[in-house]
Amino acid sequence: MSPPVPSKILTDDVSLLMVLIDTNPHFWSSIKPHFSFSKFLSHVLAFLNSILLLNQLNQVVVLATGINSCGYVFDSSSGSVSQRAESLLPKLEEFAENDESLSERDDDSGNGVGSSLLSGSLSMALCYIQRVFRSGPLHPQPRILCLHGSPDGPGQYVAIMNSIFSAQRSMVPIDSCVIGIQHSAFLQQASYITGGVYLKPQQLDGLFQYLATVFATDLHSRNFLRLPKPVGVDFRASCFCHKNTIDMGFICSVCLSIFCKHQKKCSTCGSTFGQAKTLDPSASQQR
Amino acid sequence: MMNRDINGEGRKFNRGEEEEEEDEDEESGRGRDAWERTYADERSWESLQEDESGLLRPIDNKALHHAQYRRRLRTATTAGIQKGLIRYLYIVIDLSRAAGEMDYKPSRMVVVARQVEAFIREFFDQNPLSQIGLVTLKDGVAQCLTDLGGSPESHIKALMGKLECSGDSSLQNGLDLVHDLLNQIPSYGHREVLILYSALSTCDPGDIMETIQKCKSAKIRCSIIGLSAELYICKYLCQETGGLYSVALDEPHLKELVLEHAPPPPAIAEFAIANLIKMGFPQRAAEGVISICSCHKEAKFGGGYTCPRCKARVCELPTECRICGLTLVSSPHLARSYHHLFPITPFDDVSPSITNIPHKLPKSCFGCQQSLLNPGNLPGPWVACPKCKQHFCLDCDIYIHESLHNCPGCESFKQSNSVTNMEV
Repeated sequence: MSPPVPSKILTDDVSLLMVLIDTNPHFWSSIKPHFSFSKFLSHVLAFLNSILLLNQLNQVVVLATGINSCGYVFDSSSGSVSQRAESLLPKLEEFAENDESLSERDDDSGNGVGSSLLSGSLSMALCYIQRVFRSGPLHPQPRILCLHGSPDGPGQYVAIMNSIFSAQRSMVPIDSCVIGIQHSAFLQQASYITGGVYLKPQQLDGLFQYLATVFATDLHSRNFLRLPKPVGVDFRASCFCHKNTIDMGFICSVCLSIFCKHQKKCSTCGSTFGQAKTLDPSASQQR
Repeated sequence: MMNRDINGEGRKFNRGEEEEEEDEDEESGRGRDAWERTYADERSWESLQEDESGLLRPIDNKALHHAQYRRRLRTATTAGIQKGLIRYLYIVIDLSRAAGEMDYKPSRMVVVARQVEAFIREFFDQNPLSQIGLVTLKDGVAQCLTDLGGSPESHIKALMGKLECSGDSSLQNGLDLVHDLLNQIPSYGHREVLILYSALSTCDPGDIMETIQKCKSAKIRCSIIGLSAELYICKYLCQETGGLYSVALDEPHLKELVLEHAPPPPAIAEFAIANLIKMGFPQRAAEGVISICSCHKEAKFGGGYTCPRCKARVCELPTECRICGLTLVSSPHLARSYHHLFPITPFDDVSPSITNIPHKLPKSCFGCQQSLLNPGNLPGPWVACPKCKQHFCLDCDIYIHESLHNCPGCESFKQSNSVTNMEV
């Protein structure tokens, strides 16, 4: 990252935008007739270029979220001259090929659309943002934009919640733009908890317009705009035994596992309820 | 050090200003010129240290900070040890005469209050299902300032409103009061006391040893942070009940010691009985609804949550429904504590001397893309995750283990995903 030039004045509206692009090939092939990855990229590239035009000091970093890996594909501040967004295309292609080659090793567990590794790219984006915070008192205001479409992977729940809480503590909003048919409960919670905007565009042909009007504004200017409000965020938990959403349940006081019915023993940590427990070896607990 | 004549000659034309400066200097008690003052306050010789060969090197703050953090991590690595997640903690603040001492600026009382405020916020952030209460020691008696509750604002407001110090402090009265108050909590909760003690003595009405034994049999874990000096009775109390006793050296050290108590301590199995607690997960009410909320007893427009059992409206979570008594939480609150149950493994130090193939080393940190090479193309110190083998810089290491609790490398590769995460 080029060192900050103190002579430039960092006004309130300078932003650092971290964009997480979902490259899950199964998802993109499933919405083939309505929308395609190349059309999506053309909207996104125009949007990224417009962000870079809004302010000379704006910075854009793009990460690709694949099904087997995540990686950085674009950083507008690398190199001496601010680059155009198109330069991400070769790196993105290389990433997508690499990602697909990694999945050839596993047997085809693709019954339906798998989920992409959102927790990985969120964690990497947050590490980058911390580096920007460390660079000195003058730095652009960071935010994260997730362009996501794959369904939520329940195995990533804990990791995504950890990322959300860390973003909340660092005051980094997570905006979500969900492509496709399904809503994403994880991203709804992420945007609600961190104070970002959650949107599922109705007309994908006009994606650039949604991006430019809702997600292009910096954090300072958002105070003056009426952005889409969250439509009922579902905070109910799911029970560990049946994975049903419940609104009243029982929590184990030792490991906080959620159950829908009263039980004698906790299946996660092995503690017996109602009697003074003996020191249970940690083998019965996680991993 | 002051050689006014030499300086005076060089600055004859500045006589007027110098006289003003002299007046100021005399007020502060030391006659110095402005340029001398900058060196005197900085004491730059203190930031040098000798390395193995006897050469002087400046103190590498980054490496020092990282070494401190590693020490903390090593003592705190408790993967596989059960933690007490549902805690009922009383903070006992000493507001005796000794708290008015000014060795901490502006006074011990104010510094303690500031740290307690930061601690309360951090505590509820890390333990959303737990509750805090405040007790003060003043004029030889102990008073309960706030009852056990889960809302940080009410505690902080009560504390800031009552900052006066006088009289003696009585450790026994404080412990007696806390013992009676903690008797009422459910059996699955962990009982803890954190005493911030400024005085050097304690004025007790009876035998404090009996009180200590009473607390020990009630399974209350008492920890003390002293501000003046180490006291035997405090050390004995903490040893008997299994808590921590530490004495603060200065304000940053005090902050570190206080925040050490925010993450859940290792749980002693017999101290709390495992139980299934009935909890509700309310839905957020629709935006345009008008209803009377049960906490403020006034009509509110939009927002709020509906108790699933009695359908009363509450304003914020986590809380206990005032009508039916059901504990109401949302799933993120529970998720905040999961990282205590599934901590990530500490990263291993990678010393540049071990790996002797320079071009095989990764050029940049996996998390933040910062270059791992120092200027001059020499590799600086960095760390690697033992599971996914990715390399990270020292700052990312600290951030990952203290705040993020996810290894970006493990999360970014599919094969490790199924092993480390639990099914929800």
